[in-house]
Amino acid sequence: MQVSLDINGASVALDLDARTTLLDALRNHAGLTGSKKGCDHGQCGACTVMVNGRRINSCLTLAVMHEDDEITTVEGLAEGNTLSPLQRAFISHDGFQCGYCTPGQLCSATAMLDEAAKGWPSNVTADLENATPLTDEEISERMSGNICRCSCYPGIVEAIREAADAPAQKTGAEA
Amino acid sequence: MKSFDYIRATSVAEAVQAGGTGARYIAGGTNLLDLMKLEVMAPDTLIDITRLGLDQIEELDNGGLRIGALVPNADLAADMRVRRGWPVLSRALLAGASGQLRNKATTGGNLLQRTRCYYFYDTAAPCNKREPGSGCAAMEGFNRILGVLGTSDHCIATHPSDMAVAMQVLDAEVEIEGKDGTRRVELDEFYRLPGDTPHIETVLAEGELITAVILPPAPGGKHVYQKVRDRASYAFALVSVACVAKVEGGVLEDISLAFGGLAPKPWRNRAVEDLLKGQAPSEALFEQAAETLLAEAKGHGSNDFKIPLTRRTLVSVLGEATKGAAA
Ligand SMILES: Cc1cc2nc3c(=O)[nH]c(=O)nc-3n(C[C@H](O)[C@H](O)[C@H](O)COP(=O)(O)OP(=O)(O)OC[C@H]3O[C@@H](n4cnc5c(N)ncnc54)[C@H](O)[C@@H]3O)c2cc1C
Ligand code: SF4
Ligand code: FES
Ligand code: FES
Repeated sequence: MQVSLDINGASVALDLDARTTLLDALRNHAGLTGSKKGCDHGQCGACTVMVNGRRINSCLTLAVMHEDDEITTVEGLAEGNTLSPLQRAFISHDGFQCGYCTPGQLCSATAMLDEAAKGWPSNVTADLENATPLTDEEISERMSGNICRCSCYPGIVEAIREAADAPAQKTGAEA
Repeated sequence: MKSFDYIRATSVAEAVQAGGTGARYIAGGTNLLDLMKLEVMAPDTLIDITRLGLDQIEELDNGGLRIGALVPNADLAADMRVRRGWPVLSRALLAGASGQLRNKATTGGNLLQRTRCYYFYDTAAPCNKREPGSGCAAMEGFNRILGVLGTSDHCIATHPSDMAVAMQVLDAEVEIEGKDGTRRVELDEFYRLPGDTPHIETVLAEGELITAVILPPAPGGKHVYQKVRDRASYAFALVSVACVAKVEGGVLEDISLAFGGLAPKPWRNRAVEDLLKGQAPSEALFEQAAETLLAEAKGHGSNDFKIPLTRRTLVSVLGEATKGAAA
């Protein structure tokens, strides 16, 4: 069936079987191989993209369900050759080794910072009614949906903390 | 994945009209697509219900809350009304899955998610729930994540939801739309025990659509949700306890308890609550409550540990819920 997707600000028309997941549509049909397939079952986070600014696992949703939605993949995080603050922080803090989980980590962290800015609590937030600072414990909990087989967690947490502490940044995901 | 017809419904009436045998509603898709990829589920028709406008949380005149079936788990957990009035629900939601999954998972889909029993997922294994009459590979197999209460000789699967455990402790009701109109069912009556038909999990008829979950007015008191699992985040519960408790003058004036990870449905045992009500909190009382809860519990080998684990978790939760109130 004909499906029109809005990916990184461009409208893309694709001819897809209804069974195609958003992840397979991006990788195999739209030529955007940044998003990775780790488990294909929602268990690793490598396929994380943003849909209307919210992070989701693209392996557990159908492309046809996302007509008219704004999809942002790792390819859409930089502005031209200018990396986002989070991307730069991942480089300066060694937030990766093999890099396979990194596109998912970046999309997840970008949207996670917006969730935190909106005051969303997490499982480790002590007081549900008042905003808490984004401690390392909070970052780890909020990023638990992204597994890193190389175990670069210390660098990932440092990178996210640096990006979170930086003055207001453009995230590519208007809340 | 088997192929299917895809229908995007634009109204509740249209969705219900399209529903029926062979068709499935798809909401967040985080459980259904997982199972369809393995062909554990293989609907002929998928009815997309994400554009029906069922994504609102409304305050009711009686002080309760009407949670639309399509409200994402993340939004429900973050809603300030829920965080203030029904914090046990926020806590349970935040203890489940991951940030990405909670953004997609919906209220209705969460209630209807299927068991995580390994053999249910393995189409080469006998499983009465997946294929009625084929047997149960878990009974003598790896069953450490499976049930000790409410199970049957045909199935020992557990319901994996955290959210449903909190809704159970809050006396939630499920609002259902069918071809014959709207009805409401208490969550406690919504799930069926397996008996000899473990493939039938709820009282929903073919084609019925969940439109909302209704919460009674905020109960007040102290809310606790304690989840015990194999890793600190992004893992299902081995055992979980939801508790809403009111202590007045050194006495447990009111208490509700619900349990996850133990049974085919979010478990509630009123005898345990009655035993605690009107009593002064003490370790001995808590042990007695656990004894009552677990009197009928039956392990199946590798899940035997859940019985003492539940006892300790309940005692600890009751201690936390009544902290500083001991006479
Ligand atoms: C890796 C992983 C970890 C997870 N960890 C946890 C956890 O720790 N705790 C936890 O509680 N959950 C956990 N989950 C499960 C998750 O919460 C569920 O997958 C989710 O809640 C299902 O909601 P959904 O909207 O995506 O449902 P869907 O997948 O869309 O649907 C599930 C079922 O419900 C039916 N359905 C959906 N909506 C309706 C409706 N309105 N009316 C009638 N039928 C309907 C569908 O037909 C389908 O049969 C985890 C999932 C994954 C993949
Ligand atoms: S416990 Fe239930 S779900 Fe698991 S194999 Fe047995 S019948 Fe199937
Ligand atoms: S590939 Fe989607 S979560 Fe692993
Ligand atoms: S950098 Fe290798 S998996 Fe994360």
